Amino acid sequence: MTRLGRFAPLIGLGIFLIAVIWRLATPMDTNVSSKLRNQPVPAFVLPAMVTGKPALAAADLASGQPHLVNVFASWCVPCITEVGVLGQLKAHGVAIDGIAVRDRPEDVADFLKQNGDPYERIGSDPRSQVQIALGSSGVPESFVVDGKGVIRYQHIGAIKASDVGLILQKLEQAK
Amino acid sequence: MIAETGLAALWLAAGLAALQFVLMVSALRNGIDFGRPMRAIAIVQGALTLISFAMLLWVFARTDLSVALVFENSHSAKPMIYKIAGAWGNHEGSMLLWVTVLAFAGAVFAVLSRRTSERTLLAALGAQAALALGFYAFLLVASNPFARLNPPAFEGRGLNPLLQDPGLAFHPPTLYLGYVGLSVAFSLAFGALLTGEVDSRLARAMRPWVLGAWILLTLGITAGSYWAYYELGWGGWWFWDPVENASLMPWLAATALLHSINVLAARGALKAWTMMLAVIAFSMSMVGTFLVRSGVLTSVHAFAIDPERGTFLLALLGIYVGAAFTLFAVRGASLKEGAPFELVSRETGLVINNLLLSVILGIVFLGTLYPLFVEAVSGEKLSVGAPYFNSVAGPLALLLAVLVGVGPLLSWRRERRPVFKLLTVPVLLGATALLVTYILAPGIGILPRLGLTVAAYLAAASILPLVGRNPLRTPLATWGMVLAHCGIAVALAGMAANAAFTSERLAVAKPGETLGVGPWLVQFEGVTPVAGKNWTAIQGELQATRGSGAVPLKPQTRYFTDPPTETNEAAIETFWNGQLYTVVGKPDGAGGWQLRLWWKPFVTLIWLGGVLVALGGAVALVGRLWRLRRRRREPDWRERYA
Repeated sequence: MTRLGRFAPLIGLGIFLIAVIWRLATPMDTNVSSKLRNQPVPAFVLPAMVTGKPALAAADLASGQPHLVNVFASWCVPCITEVGVLGQLKAHGVAIDGIAVRDRPEDVADFLKQNGDPYERIGSDPRSQVQIALGSSGVPESFVVDGKGVIRYQHIGAIKASDVGLILQKLEQAK
Repeated sequence: MIAETGLAALWLAAGLAALQFVLMVSALRNGIDFGRPMRAIAIVQGALTLISFAMLLWVFARTDLSVALVFENSHSAKPMIYKIAGAWGNHEGSMLLWVTVLAFAGAVFAVLSRRTSERTLLAALGAQAALALGFYAFLLVASNPFARLNPPAFEGRGLNPLLQDPGLAFHPPTLYLGYVGLSVAFSLAFGALLTGEVDSRLARAMRPWVLGAWILLTLGITAGSYWAYYELGWGGWWFWDPVENASLMPWLAATALLHSINVLAARGALKAWTMMLAVIAFSMSMVGTFLVRSGVLTSVHAFAIDPERGTFLLALLGIYVGAAFTLFAVRGASLKEGAPFELVSRETGLVINNLLLSVILGIVFLGTLYPLFVEAVSGEKLSVGAPYFNSVAGPLALLLAVLVGVGPLLSWRRERRPVFKLLTVPVLLGATALLVTYILAPGIGILPRLGLTVAAYLAAASILPLVGRNPLRTPLATWGMVLAHCGIAVALAGMAANAAFTSERLAVAKPGETLGVGPWLVQFEGVTPVAGKNWTAIQGELQATRGSGAVPLKPQTRYFTDPPTETNEAAIETFWNGQLYTVVGKPDGAGGWQLRLWWKPFVTLIWLGGVLVALGGAVALVGRLWRLRRRRREPDWRERYA
C-alpha cells in the first residue's frame, strides 16, 4: 500500500472535522434564497390553467413593469389564506401572475371562485417542471420579478398580511 | 433511590473501563498477562451498564416525575409500552442504551472470543474499554439521564407523538445494536493493528460480530423505511434524508466488510483493506450518531438538538477515528498481503464488490455532507436531493446487483470452469422482463425499467450456487448467501415496480365524491371524530372498490394534547399485488377535505426483500457459529487458566 493510500483516510477525517467544526462554530441561517436571485427567469411557456384567463410565459414577465409570480395550488391549504393577502396586494396595483402546480382546471376554477382571484395570468405546471426550474421547493412561494424579467426576491411560504409592506418594498426596489 | 442506583452503576462501570484500559496498556508494554482480570472486568462492566439501563426503564415505567428526563419525555396517560420506549426515545436515554450495548458487547466478546491470539484479544478488549470510557464521560458529564428534578413535577411533558408508534419504539434500539456491534470489529481491528497480527484467525473472530451487526442494521433500516412510509404520510419509502443516510452509510461499509472479511478468512488477502473497512464501518456509525444528535444537517428528524453535545460527540469521534486511522497509516505498510489470485476469481469478484460498495458509500457520504462543504467554502446554500442520489448511486447499485449474480459462481484463486454458461437462464429471464416492460409499459423511466430487468435476472442467478449440490450437504453459510442475494432481487423488484407503476391522486373531495386511483375507485363518505387515550382525531371514511366488494379505509389526522402536535395516520390496505395508501388532510373550509391516494403495485416487496436479506444473514450466522463450535482449534482460555 502506498504512503498516500495509508494517509488518505486521515486526511479525509481532517477535512470532515474542519467542515463540521466550522458548522458548529457558525450558527446556521435557515433562510434559503433561490440560486436564481438576480438571474433572468428561466425560459418557459405554460398553457392556460383556466378558461378565460391568459396563459403565462417567461416573456410575459419582461413587460417593463415588476411582477409578483405566485406558485400555488388549489390543493394547498396555506394558499387559501394567502390568496386573500394577494387580493390586498392587487388593490395596491401589483401585477400578480400565478403558476398552478400539479393541478386541474376545474379545481383551480373552484379555488378562485371561492377564495377570490388576484391573478392576471395563470400558467399550468402539471409536473412542477417550471416550479423546479425557478428553484422553488414547495407551495406557496412567490417571486418578485423586475421589468426586465430578472428575479429580485424569493418569498418562501405564504405571504401573510404582515408581509404586505415587505413585498411592496421589494416591488418598489425592482422598478 | 432507583435513579441513584442507576447513576452509581454507571460511575462504577466507567471506573472499571478506565482500569481495563490501563491494564491493556501495561499488558502490551510489559508483556504481563492480564487476560483473566481484563475478562472479568469487561464482564462486570457489562453487567453494571445493564443494571443502570434497567434502572432507567424502571423510573420510566413508574413515571417517576422527580427525574428530569421522565418529566420531559413521558406522561402518565401514555400506554405502558410507550412509557418504556420513552426511556430511549430521547438523547440521554439513547446514549445510555448505546453505552449499555457497547459494554455488553464487550462482555460477550470477553466470554466467547477465543479464536485470536491472547495478545490481540487483550489489545481489542482495551480498545473496547477506551471506546466505552469516552461515552461514559459523555453521559456523566454532559447528558446525565438520572438527573433529579426538584421539586418533582405533577405531570410529564409527553413524548413526541410521532414516536408513539410500535415501529419506532424498536427501530432505534435495533440500529444501535447494529452500530455498536460494529464497535467490536473496530476494537479487534485496532488490537490487531497494534499487535500486527492481521491474519485469517482474526477475520474468523471478527466475522460473527460483523455479520450480527449487519443483520441488525439491515433490519433497522428496513423497519425505519417502513416507518417513514406509513407514519409520515408522504407515500415514499426512502427520502435520502441525512438521518436515513446516517444509517445507510454504516450498512454500506458493513456490507463491504462482510465480503472482504471472507477473503481474509479464506485466503489471507486484502489485509490492509479489511482493517480499513472495519475502522470505517464503526466510524460511520459514530458519524451517523453525531449527525443525528448534533443537528449539523437539517433533517426531518428533529430530535433534541444541542450543539454542545454535538461538540462532545465530535471530539470523541475525532479521537477514536483519528487514533485508528493514524495507527493504520503507521502500521499499514508492514501488513504482508496473502496468497495471490488471478483476474477471473472469487477474490476479484469480491474486490469489485468492495470497490462498488465503497464508491456508493462515498457518493452517499459526499451527497449528505456536500451542502455543508459548499457552505463552508463559498457561503452558498444548497440542498442535495433524491435526483442526485438516484441518478448517481442508482446505476452503480444496478451494476452491483448484476455482479451479485456472477460473484458467487467463481471459485477462489482462479476460475477455469465455464461458469458464465450457467448464467444463460437468468440472462434470458432478464431480457424477457425488459421486452415485456417495453411492450406493456413503454412510458416508464430508464432506471425502473433496468431495475425490473436486473431483478428478474438476479432472482434466477442468485439461486445458481445451489444448483447441482446436495441441499443437505450445502453449508448454511451458502444458503444464507443465496437467501440474502435473492432478497436483493426481491427488494429491487419492489423499488422498481413502485417507481414505475405508482398512481397518485391528490384532490379535495366532498362527502359522496368518488375518486379513481390506479385500478381503484375510492368513495369518500365523510369524516367522523374519534378519540384515543391521549389523542383525538378526524377520521376519513373511505370505501375502495375494484370490480366487486368494497374495502373500508379509515385514515386519520390525529391531534395530540401533550405536546400539541398533529400527525397523519395513513390507512393502508395490503393486497398481494400492492398497497392502497390513503391519507386524509385538512378541510378546505367549504365542505371538502384534502385526500391523498396512492396505488403502489408490489411496494411491499421492498421490505420483504430487506427482511429476506437479514434472514439470509441470520442463517449464515447460525451456520458460522455452528462450525466455530465444532472446530475449535485454538485453546480455550478457560482451559488455559484452569
